[in-house]
Amino acid sequence: MTESLETFASRLQGRFADQISVCKIAHGQVTIEISPVNLINICQALRDEPAFSFEQLSDLCGVDYSTYGQAEWETQDTTSTGFSRGVYKGVFHKPEAGEKHNIAVVYHLLSLKHNRRLRLRCRPESNPPRISSVINIWSSANWYEREAFDLFGILFEGHPDLRRLLTDYGFVGHPFRKDFPLEGNVEVRYDPEKQRVVYQPVTITNRVLVPKVIREDNRFKTGDS
Amino acid sequence: MPEIRNMTMNFGPQHPAAHGVLRLVLEMDGEVIERADPHIGLLHRATEKLAESKPYNQSIGYMDRLDYVSMMCNEHAYVRAIEMLLGVTPPLRAQYIRVMYSEITRILNHLLWLASHGLDIGAMTIFLYCFREREDLMDCYEAVSGTRMHATYFRPGGVYRDLPESMPHYQPSKWHNAEEVRKLNENRQGSLLDFIESFTDRFPVAVDEYETLLTDNRIWKQRTVGIGVVSPERALQLGFTGPMLRGSGIAWDLRKKQPYEVYGQMDFDIPIGTNGDCYDRYVVRIEEMRQSNRIIKQCVDWLRKNPGPVIIDDHKLVPPSRVEMKDDMESLIHHFKLFTEGYCVPEGEVYSAVEHPKGEFGIYLVSDGANKPYRVKIRAAGFAHLSAMNEMVQGHMLADVVAVIGTQDIVFGEIDR
Repeated sequence: MTESLETFASRLQGRFADQISVCKIAHGQVTIEISPVNLINICQALRDEPAFSFEQLSDLCGVDYSTYGQAEWETQDTTSTGFSRGVYKGVFHKPEAGEKHNIAVVYHLLSLKHNRRLRLRCRPESNPPRISSVINIWSSANWYEREAFDLFGILFEGHPDLRRLLTDYGFVGHPFRKDFPLEGNVEVRYDPEKQRVVYQPVTITNRVLVPKVIREDNRFKTGDS
Repeated sequence: MPEIRNMTMNFGPQHPAAHGVLRLVLEMDGEVIERADPHIGLLHRATEKLAESKPYNQSIGYMDRLDYVSMMCNEHAYVRAIEMLLGVTPPLRAQYIRVMYSEITRILNHLLWLASHGLDIGAMTIFLYCFREREDLMDCYEAVSGTRMHATYFRPGGVYRDLPESMPHYQPSKWHNAEEVRKLNENRQGSLLDFIESFTDRFPVAVDEYETLLTDNRIWKQRTVGIGVVSPERALQLGFTGPMLRGSGIAWDLRKKQPYEVYGQMDFDIPIGTNGDCYDRYVVRIEEMRQSNRIIKQCVDWLRKNPGPVIIDDHKLVPPSRVEMKDDMESLIHHFKLFTEGYCVPEGEVYSAVEHPKGEFGIYLVSDGANKPYRVKIRAAGFAHLSAMNEMVQGHMLADVVAVIGTQDIVFGEIDR
């Protein structure tokens, strides 16, 4: 890594100009946000142009931002009855009809030639989220995209074999979305009368042992975030 | 004229050579594989979603259970991600301990890989040889963390406690009489560092023994040379990392290229292969064990000379000692807050990668400023390797599938997560 992150970031901005909406350097890592329309062009350029040559796609994942920054337990303000107390349900986002999703796809690229990493974020607008597949640029996208489809319901256009990967055969729903409860919807058991395994609604309930709390803490401000 | 059709065959999920719960649907043309379709997810526990519902420290133990043969390396990536977001650096001694234990873990992992890979393709003795040395390394885990596998030893800010001054001893039982126990306890008289040092002296000889059994063995070569060949270009495309990438001849090792902790001060080499077949990957991993042994030796030397703290002195992150907690009000409050609420990590996102024995193991951590991670994505090396299964076995015989599964060093804990 001979070139500084700042010059690399400005080089990116110079090459892709208005196609990059956000370019950020934090914790020694560069993140750019791009629109899904330009995804394929930018990825192709990032892989093929010798100035970038990101030969490897290290990781691809979905992120559901719909409960970002929401705490379960109010710690700043107090009411006439004092601070709020227990929490019985976790942050559970129930989408209203017609509400827009807030799912992003995050790509982690690695250039062995320049010894550099880059994070790309792309927010598909449509509902269900649709985005072009990068499988023709990096073969390793194959299973990563299947996983993101399985867990978040992101549709990758152009993927030749978009099947579920990690969940059970015949699974309903996309479990890593924030509107999917932690305890799930169905459970399985063996039914001795029917002599087979049956699915039934879950009998367990979610217990929140430690509520999610957001506290302003200046001690750990690293300055570059 | 009879119609000729390909046969579809199920391999696993209950198969001793499937290394866990892999279900492979193989389309066979006689003995030759036309297409392999791995079905995974039978061990899916939604680790990432569970981590989102727990304070940061409570998920360290989950990381052990990902790749359950290289526990501390998983912890390392996770703990480092938290440290990067918090902007804290562990004390130097903690960094040396981490590096030493990462390398112990690498040997631990490669020994299990060698043992099971050998067993899968017909070598029984190597299995017993490898487990002999693994036992000693498990004892190192036990001495430092109290458990032989799921250590939860690395913590944000350092490691849980300093290296102990004494090793646990064997006790006489109905299987071992006093004389045998005395022999077993011979190198356990001193501190943990003495024990590790005696191990590093013994270990190169043990590796020579493995090599005597396999490296020039005609049967071993017949089963591995020219099997599962991956060109360097394809290896990069398919997202290969670690020994799988180095076996194809690309000298890429995060410990050298993007050094973390004190790897920059260590003197070691990166072995690479030339042909990219199962045999080359075997040779690479054998040499990696020797190099890890070198690193452990350097760490032992340094740790002997430099006592000091092993975790940062900040009770907003690290619980105070029991003694302090019992007679200091403030420590009690810190202890209570840490264990009931945890600590809040500033908003941001970070990707931390370590050179795991299997390849690049990364944690992508997104925080929204809460005491629980907003999103944790685990980038498991085995996941990318297994996705290339179809390409690696096409045109090979059924028996070679087992060799390819072995060479990929698959563990389902990390693939299914």
